[in-house]
Amino acid sequence: MTTIDEHPTLTAQEQEWVDEFMDETTLFLGPDPEIMRSHSIAERTEHEEEVIAAGVDRIQVERIRKRIAGALDEGYEMCEAQGAAPGAKWGDLTTAIYTAAGDVSYLSCHGVIAFSAILHHPIRYIMKYWKDEPTVGVHEGDGFIHNDARYGNVHNTDQSMIMPIIRDGKIIAWVAATIHEGENGACEPGGMPSGSETPFDDGLRMSPFKIVERGELRRDLLTFLQHSVRDPKLQLADLKVKITAVRKIMERVDALIDEVGVDTFVGALRVTVEDVDAEVRRRISELPDGTYRFDQFMDSTLKENILIKIACKITVKGDHMTVDLRGTGPEILNRAINAPLCSVKSMMMQAILAFWWPDLPRCTSAMSCIEIISDEGTWADASYDAPMGQSLQASFRGFSMMQALYSRMSFSTPHKYSNVVANWFNQINTFLWGGVTQHGDMVGNLCADLNGMPGGAKPFRDGEDAVSPLFCAMADTAEQEVMEEEVPFMQLVAKRLVKDNMGFGKFTGGMGYEMIVAAEGTPHWGFMTVTSGAKFSSIYGMYGGYGCGTYPLSMVKGTNVYDHFRNDPGSFDLSIEKIMNERPFPEGTYMTSHMGLQYDLARDGELYMISQGAGGGYGDPLERLPESVVKDAELGRISQKVAFDLFGVVYDPETFRLDAKATDAARAAARAARLERGKPFAEFCEEFVTPEPPKDLPYYGAWGDTDQITATVHTTDGPERVTAPLDELPIVMIPDRREVKIAALEERVRELEIKHGEQVNRLA
Amino acid sequence: MRVPMTEYLVIDLDTERWVCRVCAHDMGSAHGNYKPGTLVYDRDPREIHQPIIDPERYEYTFSPDPSFCRILEYYCPGCATQIEVEYLPPGHPPTEDIVVDVAALRAQWQARGLDAEEVFNYGPGEDAQKHTAALKALGHVR
Repeated sequence: MTTIDEHPTLTAQEQEWVDEFMDETTLFLGPDPEIMRSHSIAERTEHEEEVIAAGVDRIQVERIRKRIAGALDEGYEMCEAQGAAPGAKWGDLTTAIYTAAGDVSYLSCHGVIAFSAILHHPIRYIMKYWKDEPTVGVHEGDGFIHNDARYGNVHNTDQSMIMPIIRDGKIIAWVAATIHEGENGACEPGGMPSGSETPFDDGLRMSPFKIVERGELRRDLLTFLQHSVRDPKLQLADLKVKITAVRKIMERVDALIDEVGVDTFVGALRVTVEDVDAEVRRRISELPDGTYRFDQFMDSTLKENILIKIACKITVKGDHMTVDLRGTGPEILNRAINAPLCSVKSMMMQAILAFWWPDLPRCTSAMSCIEIISDEGTWADASYDAPMGQSLQASFRGFSMMQALYSRMSFSTPHKYSNVVANWFNQINTFLWGGVTQHGDMVGNLCADLNGMPGGAKPFRDGEDAVSPLFCAMADTAEQEVMEEEVPFMQLVAKRLVKDNMGFGKFTGGMGYEMIVAAEGTPHWGFMTVTSGAKFSSIYGMYGGYGCGTYPLSMVKGTNVYDHFRNDPGSFDLSIEKIMNERPFPEGTYMTSHMGLQYDLARDGELYMISQGAGGGYGDPLERLPESVVKDAELGRISQKVAFDLFGVVYDPETFRLDAKATDAARAAARAARLERGKPFAEFCEEFVTPEPPKDLPYYGAWGDTDQITATVHTTDGPERVTAPLDELPIVMIPDRREVKIAALEERVRELEIKHGEQVNRLA
Repeated sequence: MRVPMTEYLVIDLDTERWVCRVCAHDMGSAHGNYKPGTLVYDRDPREIHQPIIDPERYEYTFSPDPSFCRILEYYCPGCATQIEVEYLPPGHPPTEDIVVDVAALRAQWQARGLDAEEVFNYGPGEDAQKHTAALKALGHVR
């Protein structure tokens, strides 16, 4: 028997040969795990060591920071004012300055903070692989483009322009602008395909590459990109916008460097990063030591309903914080919901810098010292081969877990940096669209209504209705009427709040509005929706408050509502409730679905209807001031039934006069009923908890606090539930839902043939 | 000293017990989670998030599907305050959402030299201070 040493020790010379061989025979330079798994700041460079050792003038650093902030905000405003992408117009973008190693030192005051946790990845990649590569190199005036989240991005619809600041032949910093561009050539228009089943369906896969060479935009590469997307005008226009904005920022920064000198400038960038790192450790030490847990469940692959878990346990000990994502469900290798870990981390950063410590400079170091434990192969830490078209499904839940748990961790602290708040709504309930416009242009993008996410309740006031997306406090919901000049559909109902759609509580979560759209006058048009939460609420309440409800997609096909309006203008009185319950268009087919709608061809006048969600409620609803409940009822925000069932409030529905005595009695009865029906916890668990998920529920993830992952896999014998450690699970894929439906229908046909004695000879 | 840990729960550092902030009911050892000291009810989510479109005709109605989602309501056995709500798949074990290191908590507050309940606040901002003060005057927040 031959014994093989699995770990032979190589001499230095042998190791050098192996390294050389591997370098020469690398097939291609994919995402580098060493870069991609780390969200920590880089070690000081020699230059940084030198300038910091020589002494740093703190007042000068502050002055430099202010100047940089001004430059970045100017660049941001240029992108917002000039950008062609709808996302740019609403503020879904960012500008930032980075250290030479790629750590974000300062981000624009507006825009998407999440990018401060993500763009060090492509810069580290450029520094490691392209800087010294003879066929690439990094020179003054160069600009690198990038979008693929596998190399570090929130998602593939965001495109960056990254340019180096070079002095005396040395890279001393980087400046970048990133815009949510929308269209990116994916399998569906708009850049966030819920229908992608392979990574190649996700659209452009730009690893960081040089598209601006010594100041010149390369026409050959530009042509390739324009050729690869549905909207070549957008691709060109926004490339130019980003280049111009970055150059303007660099102009300001160059003037600053001339004024203060390279060393002082480099020192200021690094000191900012290190100051934030030290401050974050100090703030963690203010939290009570302990473990805090928050599990979330998502109900959809965006093609069918399943239930998949994203687990989070935070441990605080002294100045150390660990975020453990183990227990999260496996990646699903032919569905779009998977996210790379860096994308989930970016949204954790969004929570940290927007909702934990909004006073900190927006730096990579705001999360650098927080340890994150995750096993690759889950839907929140997906592998290279997983499609990621709708990665926001996992990454936005990364935001929610951090937001929810911080309120628990920080509740007791005497000095708070932000208010205690229940969860923000976390789904982009909006329409994506694409096709040929009334002007003959091929386009693909989305409505700004995703920015109308309602806010969570605070312990002292209700959450704001449709206020802002969790990822960008300043984003605008835009003027739909302006957009209607460019696209061939109208929002027949916009910004109308849906009654009873709120997170109930002592203070209620903000409410969301409904959107009803219909196309007209286009040879080819379609709509998509890309969210979950139609069977299982996507956000939860806080301290006795409830979460949001669930949100269907409603459609009326086979009718042209515009004809109805032209014939009878009085019929233009629409709401989802009214249309779906009263069915005013007799020839129409009325249907509901979950919110994963792949590109659906819209004929003139067919209705598509969705609703924004709601923010989480805070506190026991029976503690809400009765006057506030009556006011909500009078404004039509809640129904009389909800006022009584949820809040125990009685009023006269004609005059909206509170009946204080009856309300006291109703609330006392409600409390007595709780004591009557509530069971002691141990007894309750005995009855409620089951050793595994219900048989018919396609569940993915740990069932409770265990390292065993449950999943339904599909074999030749049909679906089969397996439970095993993540690395022992078979590949998880889900069969084509149309095939599943056809098989069920064929089975039914066979049953009926047997029942009625019909002989059918089918050729195989 | 009592340390407010959630809207409705404090940890009493002297007795090392969870205590209801509303009625002072004892909710169990502070070395574990507070849920064993609660009463729990498995709520059909359709009773809370009531259907907006007709459940007789449509599968998706704005109400969660009870075969996917249950709402666990946790009540204080003393005053029946709903101290927490949890959305779970049917049969999933309830989550241990907070387990605090009591010794470290005591040391932390000793080092601060402050009374945790006296200095408690909901965070910065003029609106937070204003609303909280007004609601305290009404007896509506603690």
